[in-house]
Amino acid sequence: MTAAVEVRTIVKRFGNFTAVDGISFSVTPGEVFGLLGPNGAGKSTLIRMMVTLLPPTSGTALINGFDVAKQADQVRRSIGVIPQAMTTDLELSVEENLLIFAKLYGVSREKRARLIPELLAAVELTQWADKPVKNLSGGMRRRVEIARGLVHEPRVFFLDEPTTGLDPVSRTAVWDMLRKIKAERDLTVLVTTHYMDEADKLCDRIAIVDHGKLVALDSPEALKASIPGRAAEDTTLDDVFVHYTGHALRDALQAPSAMDSPFMIRRS
Amino acid sequence: MQRTLAIVEREMRRFRRSPLLIVMSMIFPLAQLVVLGYAFGGNVKHLRLAVVDQDRGVPAVRIRELANAVSSGAHTIDLLDYTDSGVALSALRNGNVNGVLLIPPGFSRRTLQGNAPRVALVSDNTDNFVFASLGATMNSVVAAFNEPQTEARIATKAGLDIVEIYPYVPYIQYLLPGSITMSIFMMVMIGGGIIFIDDKARGLHEGYLVTPVTKLELIAGFNLSGTIKAFMAGAVITVLGSYIAGVPNPLDPLRLVRTFLVVGVTAFALISLMFLLMVRVTDPLAPRAMFGLLNTVLYFPSGAVYPQQGFPGWMHAIAAVDPFTYAVHAFKSLLLKNTGFDAIAGDLLYLTVFSAVAMTAATLLFKRTL
Repeated sequence: MTAAVEVRTIVKRFGNFTAVDGISFSVTPGEVFGLLGPNGAGKSTLIRMMVTLLPPTSGTALINGFDVAKQADQVRRSIGVIPQAMTTDLELSVEENLLIFAKLYGVSREKRARLIPELLAAVELTQWADKPVKNLSGGMRRRVEIARGLVHEPRVFFLDEPTTGLDPVSRTAVWDMLRKIKAERDLTVLVTTHYMDEADKLCDRIAIVDHGKLVALDSPEALKASIPGRAAEDTTLDDVFVHYTGHALRDALQAPSAMDSPFMIRRS
Repeated sequence: MQRTLAIVEREMRRFRRSPLLIVMSMIFPLAQLVVLGYAFGGNVKHLRLAVVDQDRGVPAVRIRELANAVSSGAHTIDLLDYTDSGVALSALRNGNVNGVLLIPPGFSRRTLQGNAPRVALVSDNTDNFVFASLGATMNSVVAAFNEPQTEARIATKAGLDIVEIYPYVPYIQYLLPGSITMSIFMMVMIGGGIIFIDDKARGLHEGYLVTPVTKLELIAGFNLSGTIKAFMAGAVITVLGSYIAGVPNPLDPLRLVRTFLVVGVTAFALISLMFLLMVRVTDPLAPRAMFGLLNTVLYFPSGAVYPQQGFPGWMHAIAAVDPFTYAVHAFKSLLLKNTGFDAIAGDLLYLTVFSAVAMTAATLLFKRTL
């Protein structure tokens, strides 16, 4: 069986800085795969290479058997992506957002008519379908994005920190819906998160990335058992995280973001 | 094509829900048209002229009377009598009067002797328009003074007859072509450039880039939607502005079709220019900072407010490549002279070539990845 995601010694350098340093792993179809790591560890760069947003410096990744560098178009057709930034149009309604993306993916009219109501029901937004996204709460907006990411029935779903900034109730709701959708559709999920409890409960396997390198990869249970000197049942994934990534604060300079410009119109 | 249309659909749906953007991009050019049109359009009137008559002879009185005729007729000047030239000159320096007409002692005697009689106009030249008006008015007064009392039955001097081939064009009409071009530019900058960069900075473009949309479809979508928005702004200002400026027959269908063609081609040329400038920009400050500079560099050299014949060489060079120049020329031809297609063909050709070059360069610079 072809792996849903197969990453082969992938490297990304920005000038002298190596953001991702020769990472390899594979994700089997139907798996929920968690990507953990401290801020600036290279998670987002890694996921951006897998979804064709960034070209790898060397190495490659195969998504559903397609090469991200050579077959970018086939990769894009077969994946759903929720980037870290809010990419939903606030002025448009929930349904319009889904409709535009369905068209961008070339989904046929008949399929759109069936899929959009189905997805809105799955994320429990049917009654808000005609409301502008700007009137929705943060958790609802995330659910719009989830529905939007699935509007072309992708086989692999990439989510970059889908629950960051949400309250615990909204986080739970997002995950419940993701689980339900995954069960109904033949979907492989690759997700990055900062919340260890989420990763523990939901991921089949977890990869911990630090300084651009893969430092651990296993099921949550096996990872907990791997910490020396502690009983697995007393160990949390937080302990695992600290064990593999260390205690030191990662103070580092970063490139200025356009989002930080005083002229950025923030419409949140 | 479907994907390009999806991008256009998205932009247009958003546009419809931003009434503030629509209103703002139209109010500025209209306000400019009205304010500049009336501020610069009128003739200078009621300039204060001090008259110091140190002669008091009959010819001096005649000069005084001729000036009085202008004062009560065209109202270009208001006369104020001063007895002391020193007081009059200090009033001039203090800005209480705009000029001093000095009729020196002996003016009458010299006039009757035919011995080079002279009067002096001491004038404040810090304001060129006032200075020129006052000079011209007093020249005509002196010319009238020199006319013989009895006219010859057959004129012996050559005369010039001036024929105006178009109806009188008030300054506000002269400004209208620039205002239409400005409204297109405003929409290109606000509805195109600023939204494009803000969307990019917010990460909205990432949403596009992970879909199978191609580079060409993406660029075509952005440009087509920008052109439609800018066309709408230009078309509305063409009609509204024509009424405000009093263009005769503003809804003449044939002219309207030609004008809208120029609006469309101009919109595409300016969107292409904007896209070329913004294709690699990520900071939302950049389009806002560029706005004022571009506005000045494109608008003023175009001949929209002042004839290009008065420009120095380096400004002629800017005007020659400035797309505004050709748009303004085409709009002037259509709105002020109601010309046919021949008069605007060259402008349309330049704007089309300009768009093609700018768009090709922008496409080459556009990155399909982050």
